[in-house]
Amino acid sequence: MSAAALSWRQYRLERRMFWRNPAAAFFSFFLPLLFLFLFGAIFRDSQENLDIIVPGIAGLSIMATTFNALATQMTFLREQGVLKRIHGTPLPGGSYLAGVIGSAATNAVLQIAIVIVAARFVFDIGWPKNWVDLAVFTLLGITCFAALGVAFSHVIPNFEAAPAYTNIVFLPMIFISSVFYNVDVLPQFLADIAEALPLIHVINGLKAALVTGAPLTDQLSDLAVLGIWTVAAVFFAIRGFSWTQRD
Amino acid sequence: MSQSAPAILVRDLRKSYGDHEAVAGVDFEVATGEIFGLLGPNGAGKTTTVEILEGYRQRSDGIVSVLGFDPQQRPRALRERTGIVLQSCGMYRHIRVREAVEQWAGFYPHPRSVDEVLEITGLSDRPDEPARSLSGGQKRRLDLALALVGDPDLIFLDEPTTGFDPAARREAWATIRQLQELGKTVLLTTHYLDEAQALCDRVAIIKEGRILTEGPPATLSASAGRYRVAWRDEHGIAQEREEEDPTALLHQLTSAALARGSGIEEISVTRPTLEDVYLELTADEVDEVV
Repeated sequence: MSAAALSWRQYRLERRMFWRNPAAAFFSFFLPLLFLFLFGAIFRDSQENLDIIVPGIAGLSIMATTFNALATQMTFLREQGVLKRIHGTPLPGGSYLAGVIGSAATNAVLQIAIVIVAARFVFDIGWPKNWVDLAVFTLLGITCFAALGVAFSHVIPNFEAAPAYTNIVFLPMIFISSVFYNVDVLPQFLADIAEALPLIHVINGLKAALVTGAPLTDQLSDLAVLGIWTVAAVFFAIRGFSWTQRD
Repeated sequence: MSQSAPAILVRDLRKSYGDHEAVAGVDFEVATGEIFGLLGPNGAGKTTTVEILEGYRQRSDGIVSVLGFDPQQRPRALRERTGIVLQSCGMYRHIRVREAVEQWAGFYPHPRSVDEVLEITGLSDRPDEPARSLSGGQKRRLDLALALVGDPDLIFLDEPTTGFDPAARREAWATIRQLQELGKTVLLTTHYLDEAQALCDRVAIIKEGRILTEGPPATLSASAGRYRVAWRDEHGIAQEREEEDPTALLHQLTSAALARGSGIEEISVTRPTLEDVYLELTADEVDEVV
């Protein structure tokens, strides 16, 4: 079987495994949507706020479905020896990872789709204004956070520690990255930290895509920061990848 | 590679972790179609050696050839021809037995029939059971099923029956012998001596990263030990002597008995078992073994 066919088989297995685990499916899938509707309800009277929250939740969803999910999943599979077992078979490592990351990317795309539909029918934002922005920032956001998740799984010592490790990155990042409110309410040093991190740039791009319709050429600084993060993340994900648990 | 070339060839294999030499110059060969056992106490270097052969670890020094390949290079052609049962190894939490075996079958170019593999591993009555709810012994059978479904020429079994009840062990042994009948080569590690004696054509006893002795279980016992002659003398006292060659002693005993006109009570001539050899060679590790 070709590497592509093997990736597809792995992808289908990952999809089945995902839906058979309702708790994980809930946390990486329904929680961001719950946030969307809760914050949407809180700020329903302020279009200005909704214009921030909707792309903010879209960015949060990308991070939750890729970074959080993959960091946790890889830690579990490595600790359990599933990765080691797979490494002993002829399945190429690249096909395996393509299947796993493809599955996470599917969750991210599904959530973006739901956010778009909600933006149109619930939050009066209308259909996306710039599909190119949407495609570019969704794809780049997924690549960046998926690679960061795989790389970060090597920092997590064991599965019990995985939620703590991912949340210590995830929660501060969403609070300073203009998910729930505009970044200009932050003190300068927090705003500076946010600007150095990738999430706010995904959200800026998605805001252009969903709300303002600004052309991609207006988002070059966001693209640059995100590009640097993505290259570094992919490098560390591949360079540091381990199929076995370090003792 | 010709049929007569060994399936596995290991020459002066070494593996160090810092100052500690976990494998300190190991040599052995496994012929095609042979069941070869690596026997030794915990921490002897069995798993390190096997994991080097499986391609999981890089050796520090020495020559290793597995089916003509260097496992360290991790050639896919080698992985297509080997099946691996790791010492302890988990599975997807939500996968079902048959689903797992089918998925694994897809990794190999010429897999065996999934039904057949479930049959020989005794899992055909629970194809839809989630892997996580299998008992310890059943999980081990699933490990074996996943290792066999690619129809490998060489199978690595790292402590395949640890935690099995006696009946399950006999069944597992029968399955492993079946592999040999199919012409497969098996390398197994175990710390069960009866397992090595029952299954292996040849065993190597390994301790502190070195092979202490190697050979067929029967001759291993013979070469390392002497004959043990035990009997009850004319006063009814139990006697026991160890002899390199018991001929003279037996002659003496039987002549004396004939002269007295009585028989020799409770005479036996035995050779040390693999267990005796093992315990002698690994003496200071006895506590861990028993």
